[in-house]
Amino acid sequence: MSSSVRGIGGEALLIAGKDLRLEARSRVAANHVLPFVLAVVLLFGFALDPDSGILRRATPGLFWVTVLFAAVLLVQRNFAIERQNGVSDALRLSGLRPAGIFLGKVLSLVVQLLVVELLMAGCAVVFYDVRLRGPLLLLATTATATLAIASAGAVYGPLASGLQVRDTALPLLLVPVLAPVLLCATRAFQIALGEIAGGGWPWAGMLGIVAALYLTLGVVVWGPLMEET
Amino acid sequence: MTDLAVEPDPAGRGVTSTASRGTRILGAATIVSMAVLLLYAFGITSPDAQLGESIRIMYVHVPTISLTYLLMVLNAACGVFYLRRRSEFADLLGHAAGELAVLFLGFSIVSGALWGRITWGAYWVWDARLTTTAVLFLLYVGYLAVRAVQAEPQVRGTRSAIVGIAAALLIPIVHKSVDWWSSLHQQRTLFGTLDPEIGGTQLFTLLFSFVAFGFLAAWLLVHRFRVAWLAERMAERELEFAIAERRSEAQS
Repeated sequence: MSSSVRGIGGEALLIAGKDLRLEARSRVAANHVLPFVLAVVLLFGFALDPDSGILRRATPGLFWVTVLFAAVLLVQRNFAIERQNGVSDALRLSGLRPAGIFLGKVLSLVVQLLVVELLMAGCAVVFYDVRLRGPLLLLATTATATLAIASAGAVYGPLASGLQVRDTALPLLLVPVLAPVLLCATRAFQIALGEIAGGGWPWAGMLGIVAALYLTLGVVVWGPLMEET
Repeated sequence: MTDLAVEPDPAGRGVTSTASRGTRILGAATIVSMAVLLLYAFGITSPDAQLGESIRIMYVHVPTISLTYLLMVLNAACGVFYLRRRSEFADLLGHAAGELAVLFLGFSIVSGALWGRITWGAYWVWDARLTTTAVLFLLYVGYLAVRAVQAEPQVRGTRSAIVGIAAALLIPIVHKSVDWWSSLHQQRTLFGTLDPEIGGTQLFTLLFSFVAFGFLAAWLLVHRFRVAWLAERMAERELEFAIAERRSEAQS
């Protein structure tokens, strides 16, 4: 059992390493997604009066909405390259376990999303005049929310990439699924940054439950998904 | 052929209707029970002491939202069964259930908005349950979008089963959202407590609304399943005709 778990972990690291190397070489995330995030940050500044304090109060929501948009782009990119040159067929024939491949995809998405979130946090401090407080809650929320987003993305990514209407289907499928993540993460950030009063840890716990749900779903359904799509 | 499938025409004219003796009885029961429900909802029951006339909206809102959850669970159960057994029956029944769930959830959201206008003074408030219910609606619209994309039946079945199961995972979050978030939404009136807050003809009407809408849901479900089943047979026959046509072209 433990060797099987170690095996799946190793396979996950292998797949994550492959995906991250691909991204490092192609630099699509760095050249397209990160500038897009920066553009959204600036647009929010133009849309909401920066002098009235609205921008600072709205930062938790803006942060997670931007991460969500970036996640859609990253997931789309991550699974579009699998469709080229028969990579998905090669993966199917590689002998790697579906759960290992799924967890590898999740891991690679988590790393890419963390880079986006780091950039967003820097932008919030510089452009929105946000003072980072409650670091433990912020870190726990970021970790669990990122895991939830990556897990859901890794389930819906291959599903949508097989559709003829993949470009429009993925946002339609993924954004509603991530709505509870957005809600909980925003509320936890609001509490951590002192915008509203209350206990923030139940929200982080809730995010953990959502992440666990989507991780379990992905591990269970990834096999049939690979076979049929 | 399954029990829900269409009966062939005894005169040998092929399938001429999705109705059968069973569905005609179910249809008649639906019409009669809906007429009784209308009589009770608008004629016999009196306005509520707290909710006033708006309680009449509950006789549509409560059964439709409850049946929506039931149809979503059926959709997910069919999805699980399909992934295990690759049963066409489960695939098509799941599709019918998903489509009806969207219809009933639509009714529920509209009736809830009307109730909100009377009670809260606005059609829509950013209440937790309303918001998550709207999200649930979008999830199942996504399910129908996946179903509508042309693909091999097995591929389409797998994709939609996974989307249906994932959407059903959100149902407990929606259901519990009243407890988890501070909410404006009316607390559960009937099943939230062992001592219901309404009684007499109001309670009877509410319980009877489940029967009437239950008949309606079952009747629509059977017919929708049969239409989907016929569409599959039609697609198969078109494929067979196309192959036969190619063969005859090659031979001539």
